[in-house]
Amino acid sequence: MFARYSSNLARSSQLRRFQSTLVLAEHNNETLNPITSNAVTAAKKLGGDVTVLVAGTKVGPIAEAAAKLDGVSKVLVAEGDAFNGLVAEAVTPLVLATQNQFKFTHIVAGASAFGKAVLPRVAAKLDVSPVSEIIDVKSADTFVRTIYAGNAIQTVKSKDPVKVVTVRGTNFEAAGTGGSAAIEKAPEGNYKSDLTEFVSQELTKSDRPSLTAAKIVISGGRGMKSGDNFKMLYDLADKWGAAVGASRAAVDAGFVPNDLQIGQTGKIVAPELYVAVGISGAIQHLAGMKDSKTIVAINKDPEAPIFQVADYGLVADLFKAIPEINEKC
Amino acid sequence: MSRVLVGVKRVIDYAVKIRVKPDKSGVVTEGVKHSMNPFDEIAVEEAVKMKEKKIASEVVAVSVGPAQSQEVLRTALAMGADRGIHIEVSGKDYELLQPIHVSKILAKLAQDEKADLVILGKQAIDDDCNQTAQMTAALLDWPQATFASKVEKTADGLTVVREIDGGLETIKTKVPAVISADLRLNTPRYATLPNIMKAKKKPIKKVAPKDLGVDTTPRIEVVSVEDPPVRQAGSILPDVDTLLSKLRDGGHIK
Repeated sequence: MFARYSSNLARSSQLRRFQSTLVLAEHNNETLNPITSNAVTAAKKLGGDVTVLVAGTKVGPIAEAAAKLDGVSKVLVAEGDAFNGLVAEAVTPLVLATQNQFKFTHIVAGASAFGKAVLPRVAAKLDVSPVSEIIDVKSADTFVRTIYAGNAIQTVKSKDPVKVVTVRGTNFEAAGTGGSAAIEKAPEGNYKSDLTEFVSQELTKSDRPSLTAAKIVISGGRGMKSGDNFKMLYDLADKWGAAVGASRAAVDAGFVPNDLQIGQTGKIVAPELYVAVGISGAIQHLAGMKDSKTIVAINKDPEAPIFQVADYGLVADLFKAIPEINEKC
Repeated sequence: MSRVLVGVKRVIDYAVKIRVKPDKSGVVTEGVKHSMNPFDEIAVEEAVKMKEKKIASEVVAVSVGPAQSQEVLRTALAMGADRGIHIEVSGKDYELLQPIHVSKILAKLAQDEKADLVILGKQAIDDDCNQTAQMTAALLDWPQATFASKVEKTADGLTVVREIDGGLETIKTKVPAVISADLRLNTPRYATLPNIMKAKKKPIKKVAPKDLGVDTTPRIEVVSVEDPPVRQAGSILPDVDTLLSKLRDGGHIK
């Protein structure tokens, strides 16, 4: 038994020597975005040490939150005006300087708008081919991802010396928060970019849970007919503690803002319960929600493709069904 | 006045239900309807609009791919691009071609053609990578305006509204720059028959990656391509009460 233990130890220390991962933290200068925690879990699956890089204009509390994530051995912080708006042109040279000093084998971020903007830029600078939005880790160089709007699963093996990977948050559990990593300074440098200047953000304000983290998501489509009718869904969402999403048709028709869009080119969600209301179920929409645990479809068209993926279907006029549900909940 | 380079990719049409090959090597592309990647149509439209507003002097459409890629170049020309460049890559080489290769080709072309703007779609709907624009910008050391839903020319550069997770974000970039188009940037026009006829006379230059000094050795090996797990068929419920009791039984709602 002792021998087995020591051989395991030897193997794991060997792994540690060969694998080391840098995870880019995502945050809004106030809280750590939960997708970072999912990315840390993916990083742990790669084996080896996990370091989190936190860059921003105000990063103290973020660094502390990152240091508590299970499996993180070190947190590197870079604070300064250069990181206002976390523009890719400023974050990239910081990641390169950090990579230059520590020689990570993997650089990882969540596949959010932030991660998608920054990591390919980093990869090109390192002359490596990035791997987007992985849903599983087979080994340190082999990853699983979806192609064709989730209609095929591709397993790829990267031959590059550094693996640059974005992670689909919904496919990895959030890391626990019992850690106590050391917090150190990231390599110093002048990272201010004169190529791009962050001007402003207009964020959709909502008291409901965020779409990608919600346990229940209620989505409306073209069948909602107007933005005003979404109020029915908001009312129900408030009763259930749910987030509200939408199909592209509902966004394009101006019913709701674009950041509510679920699908191949919007957000990918995988809640416990997904309720599709007045959504036909186009390939592009299914790409964003078909990993949900339980899917409910409410649609008056019995032929709607959404019923092919729904666990429970209700063929009904949503303008009768939703008020009735609202009344009975 | 500036020159705009716009990238267009030929992909399986967005409405087609794809089929995975039995040998798990990829998806069936033979005999399947192809068209221009939807995000690239938006990129072309934006470039042509810039020309109509006299912000751009020339729009050059570029496609990397097999011989049939000329069809999407013709479509771009019919929408209003001035000329095309076809970088021919076919067969096994094309199957293993990745954004890193395409971005190297585009970066070299942007320099050779003295482009001031490169506009690409934010992602191709086949590989769903969402990488090429960012990588092209990195190789050129140009600013990147990804997921753009509004682009305005200002005196000293561009003001771009980007679609981000929580809403929208506005940035200013210098030019030259690389833009990646999101769905809501514009509504692409349909090419009219006279414009399709005219497009046949517009020039398309053919170039090989090696002419541009770009090595297209694959960096990634595709181990397998498989069907996603199939969901178990569900049931149609008779009324709201049954639905609510199912959801309560499942512990989803109280």
